[in-house]
Amino acid sequence: MHTYLDFEKPIAELEGKIEELRHLAGSGDINIADEVARLQTKIERLIRQAYAKLTPWQKAQVARHPNRPHTVDYLKGLIEDFTPLAGDRLFAEDRAIIGGLGRFKGSSVVVMGHEKGSDTDERVKHNFGMARPEGYRKAQRLMKLADRFQIPVLTFVDTPGAYPGVDAEARGQAEAIARSIDTCLSLKVPLVSTVIGEGGSGGAIALATADCVLMLEHAIYSVISPEGCASILWRDGEQAKTAAEALRLTAQDLMRLGVIDEVIAEPIGGAHRDRDATVRAVGESIEKQLRKLGNHDPDTLKSHRRQKFLEMGQNSL
Amino acid sequence: MNWLTNFVRPKLRGLVGPKEIPENLWHACPSCNQMIFHRDLEKNLRVCQHCGHHMRLEVKQRLEMMFDEGAWQTIELPKALPDPLKFRDRKRYSERLKESQAKTGRDDALLVAHGTMGGIKVVIAAFDFAFMGGSMGAAVGEGLLAGARLAVMQEAPYIVIPSSGGARMQEGIVSLMQMARTTIAVEEVRDAGLPFIVVFTDPTTGGVSASFAMLGDVHIAEPGSVIGFAGARVIEQTIREKLPEGFQRAEYLLEHGMVDMVVPRKDLKQTVVRVLELLVNPGPMAQVVSLSGDGGKLAVVEHEEKSDASTTD
Ligand SMILES: [Zn+2]
Repeated sequence: MHTYLDFEKPIAELEGKIEELRHLAGSGDINIADEVARLQTKIERLIRQAYAKLTPWQKAQVARHPNRPHTVDYLKGLIEDFTPLAGDRLFAEDRAIIGGLGRFKGSSVVVMGHEKGSDTDERVKHNFGMARPEGYRKAQRLMKLADRFQIPVLTFVDTPGAYPGVDAEARGQAEAIARSIDTCLSLKVPLVSTVIGEGGSGGAIALATADCVLMLEHAIYSVISPEGCASILWRDGEQAKTAAEALRLTAQDLMRLGVIDEVIAEPIGGAHRDRDATVRAVGESIEKQLRKLGNHDPDTLKSHRRQKFLEMGQNSL
Repeated sequence: MNWLTNFVRPKLRGLVGPKEIPENLWHACPSCNQMIFHRDLEKNLRVCQHCGHHMRLEVKQRLEMMFDEGAWQTIELPKALPDPLKFRDRKRYSERLKESQAKTGRDDALLVAHGTMGGIKVVIAAFDFAFMGGSMGAAVGEGLLAGARLAVMQEAPYIVIPSSGGARMQEGIVSLMQMARTTIAVEEVRDAGLPFIVVFTDPTTGGVSASFAMLGDVHIAEPGSVIGFAGARVIEQTIREKLPEGFQRAEYLLEHGMVDMVVPRKDLKQTVVRVLELLVNPGPMAQVVSLSGDGGKLAVVEHEEKSDASTTD
């Protein structure tokens, strides 16, 4: 079943109508085909119009759409011989971040990403993509493994944020995120990150201090969720829409700010309307960037990455 | 401690008489108590076909299942000083050694072999649990070092398969020192840029788990293996509490972040081969161009950073 977002109501109504017509079609009326085609065209126009001018708040909804491809879908679609690796060697296996070894377009990669899960059981198992310190410590371990064997690292970012909990604090959530950023910066192999849905704050940058940060057209990346920002600065959670505008969390704004390196176009109507095409497009962009990065020697790679982040904040909108 | 009770079914005994051959033996699975025909058990790599329980594999059989075509070459291990403490408990250690040597036909509890897995040249060091519980003394330490050096010389991944209760008490402090020495063995392999894979089998405990075995690039464990530091009985006596179900088993270790995967014995070889393939044959895109004269740029950046730091002091 398709999940419609608030602003997709007119689309939902038309698609409902088509369903009804198809149901009637069983009785053998041939004119239905024409009517369906007419509605189909109208729907396509509506979708195109809606998605051409999504507001930041609408993008936040699209970025969190339950049918949007998640890290597991990119692993399935892009990585051969995926061999999951588990555990931080310290405390636990944190399934909010999944990762392992695999082959991308014929070459070994270490690949990891936040996983939100796509049904109730999976969401609980993956803690809605909110990692505890163990998740970040596993990420560091895998990055170091990649460094040791000169294998590029791919990360997929899709998290509401690091898990806010007593246990996570007790085991050093802050230290774990800090050390992850530090590890990203120390790598002497290419590191390509893709923000595929939600780039929630420290939990996101922990995996995304990369040579190249790609971002899907309707993904978001921000220091705080619009809801969180609204309740702190506006003292009113209802102001999330306003906060979303103010935060400049869209891929287009982040590109202008020089925070990300490429915006990957989504299929018309968003990634969730054509998951396979989205996964393919992401794969092509990653491949292109990896080939570019492969032309640098390890030390240059590392110094360019550092330089890129040192220069940030010099472009304003 | 023998998990396995070999016996001949009374009915069969009548038929075969006293001269049974192994093929006629039945085994009771120590986990589900079901009867397993000897030949089925061997065919199934000593995994119970009823409940999946993994029984210990003899070290020879272990190497057979790992190496291509079951073919490998062992190397002769350097001699260690036997019985450094002139130790005796109820029996002389030197006698215990002789007994184990006679029983197993091996000098000590480690076998180092080389050959190929999935066409990749590898060195495997495998513990023999039948030799004093696979305990680690100076000879095992020497063996692990020799294996590491062979791996480095052959530029081959190093795979260690522990099955060991830990350090060998009869060698006292000398066995404790093997924890440091085998850690150096791991470092030598790491410094050479070669993969170090640990295949945890039942049991991997004490000084063996607390040294080289926990330092692998990738940790693969057989289902149900006991892996841990202190013995369950010691812990129970210390905390005066019953330990949770599955404590210190491979699956528990996975949950607690200590192993990458728990892999059934039948899939073990192909899993190791896949991991090795990914690490040693990374393919075209993984090849970052080799170091050129461009390295100067990094030095400049670092210098800038240092001067920044000094101004804020
Ligand atoms: Zn059984």
